[in-house]
Amino acid sequence: MTHSKKFLLSLYRSMVRMRICEESLVEPIQKKEVRCPCHLYSGEEAIAAGVCAALTDKDYVFGTHRSHGHYLAKGGDMAELVAEVFGKEGGCCRGRGGSMHLIAPECRMLGSAPIVAGTIPLALGTALASSIRKDGHVVVSFFGDGATGEGVLYEALNFASLMKLPILFVCENNLYSTHMPLRECRAKNNIFETGKPFGIRSYRGDGNDVLTVSEISQKAVALCRKGEGPVFMEFMTYRLRGHVGPDDNIQGSYTDIRPKQEIERWRRKDPIKRFERFLTGSTSIDRKTLARIVRQAEEEVAAAHGFARTSPFPKKGDLTHYVFED
Amino acid sequence: MSSRTRKLSYSLAINEALHQMMAEDPDVILIGQGVKSPWYVGNTCQGLLDRFGARRIIDTPVSENAVTGLAVGAALAGLRPIVVHPRMDFMLYAMDPIVNQAANWRYMCGGKASVPVVFWGIINRGGEQAAQHSQALHALFAHIPGLKVVMPATARDAKGLLIAAIKDNNPVVFIDDRSLYSQKEAVPERVYEVPMGKAAVRKKGADLTLAAISNMVSESLRAAETLAIDGIDAEVLDLRTAKPLDEKTLLSSVRKTGRLIVADGGWTTCGFAAEVVARVAEKGFTDLKAPIRRVALPDCPAPASRTLEEAYYRTREDIVRTAKELF
Repeated sequence: MTHSKKFLLSLYRSMVRMRICEESLVEPIQKKEVRCPCHLYSGEEAIAAGVCAALTDKDYVFGTHRSHGHYLAKGGDMAELVAEVFGKEGGCCRGRGGSMHLIAPECRMLGSAPIVAGTIPLALGTALASSIRKDGHVVVSFFGDGATGEGVLYEALNFASLMKLPILFVCENNLYSTHMPLRECRAKNNIFETGKPFGIRSYRGDGNDVLTVSEISQKAVALCRKGEGPVFMEFMTYRLRGHVGPDDNIQGSYTDIRPKQEIERWRRKDPIKRFERFLTGSTSIDRKTLARIVRQAEEEVAAAHGFARTSPFPKKGDLTHYVFED
Repeated sequence: MSSRTRKLSYSLAINEALHQMMAEDPDVILIGQGVKSPWYVGNTCQGLLDRFGARRIIDTPVSENAVTGLAVGAALAGLRPIVVHPRMDFMLYAMDPIVNQAANWRYMCGGKASVPVVFWGIINRGGEQAAQHSQALHALFAHIPGLKVVMPATARDAKGLLIAAIKDNNPVVFIDDRSLYSQKEAVPERVYEVPMGKAAVRKKGADLTLAAISNMVSESLRAAETLAIDGIDAEVLDLRTAKPLDEKTLLSSVRKTGRLIVADGGWTTCGFAAEVVARVAEKGFTDLKAPIRRVALPDCPAPASRTLEEAYYRTREDIVRTAKELF
């Protein structure tokens, strides 16, 4: 498949924005300026970028505990994301949600939540709404490999297939369910086959290759729009940071239980570096163009931090606002 | 027959509310196990499938977690779903979408999204159905910030509270009691709402307040008739909604009578009655002439055998006996 230069650069920009934004949070987390649990997306950017590039702004996305990337890739405002993580009133959830609850209804990022698999049935319901309205919109349910241990996924797969709903089940398999290696919590390493008994088309792809993700996603979205959904996709990836926080750092000691060699091996497969090599080696895009995109992202991130730092904290007197709509 | 005097059963009042709301608003959908089967939902859903079609009346597999979450997600996308649990015991499979997701969603999004969903759970007490087919779990839901819990005691309220629940932009747990389904009374044909958080004084009285909800309202009214023979003039409050709770009507009744019995079809410990008692203890203590009493279920699972059922469920006799101890 050939892609326009514009499209390739938009994928690159999307991934770079996610990475620089995530990495900008490391120091504030370590200094305890950011206190809410942050599950950084570094290393997995190709999935959010590739999947969301296949969507229109009318399509819906639901995320997980690790959703900064999903939010940004779907078009959520970066300054409001950073402010939310800092617990500020200017945040996308006005400081009530923190890193694990992000929402941008204006661009149909309908929300993320940290109950593992908890947003899968919500995405299913949004797909049902699209199907009832016949509006042609598609819903993406992002979840991790850990969510395949939850029964609701299988209930949702059955129902989605039964009703032929326009939903993409996107499993980001980073090989670890918090601290647990996949091989210790799954009888078989076959997540992509999960959809098959329900008659759902299922794909597995290299989640660190943004073009692979993008191509599979476009195919899947097209099927959903034709009424031939749902589609199940498993993308293999790896987080370059800890399960939560910059590393799995407990009381100052490095406790990432993953083998150092394994981490190094995956660093060499860094999706952004890989895509840079592809762009500069196989297309007419030059390093200067990429450097400009990086610089722009750095400026955007710096501005987002500026907004977050100057945004006020929510007022104590507003504690019970937003429990109910009047 | 004029519309003022037309009588309708509790279950057909629910049916009428569903018909009217679905006709009025194309965003209203009904999802759940057995919505096309009288075996599950009595006659509450009759005629809906024929009139509104399978796109809006969705019978589902036995998948409470996914189906309830689906209703929440459809609400986030702008529909107004009603998801029915023909036995509310099975709602426990759906605690994540109800409690973690729906109840918290608006707050944790800083008010940027609302969840206009109705979780309809039916209590099926009695009939030797035992511990997993008879539970009244309203107190669990009333405990959760972000949920409203309504429990109509009459046919008129069943219709009006269901309409209010459907029109509300927040998640509402609508709990009806199957033992009330055949009760008939005058039910207006028009679309009307019974406001949440507004108790009804079902009988005025001067000596004792009987504050009840759901099926315990009719037990309280019958108890009041018996007590009247003994010269005790009981006031009967139908609290109607477990949350929001009409504290004002409750406190003003206790101010007048000085005595309170709370009658509830749920368990005693940490139950709904305990919350009502606490409100009066905190804000109406000086009005009391006697200790507050609860008539609620013993802390025991529902039994099967009829002799044990008789010992388990609370009736007008329990209320009468308790009332007499206060004088």
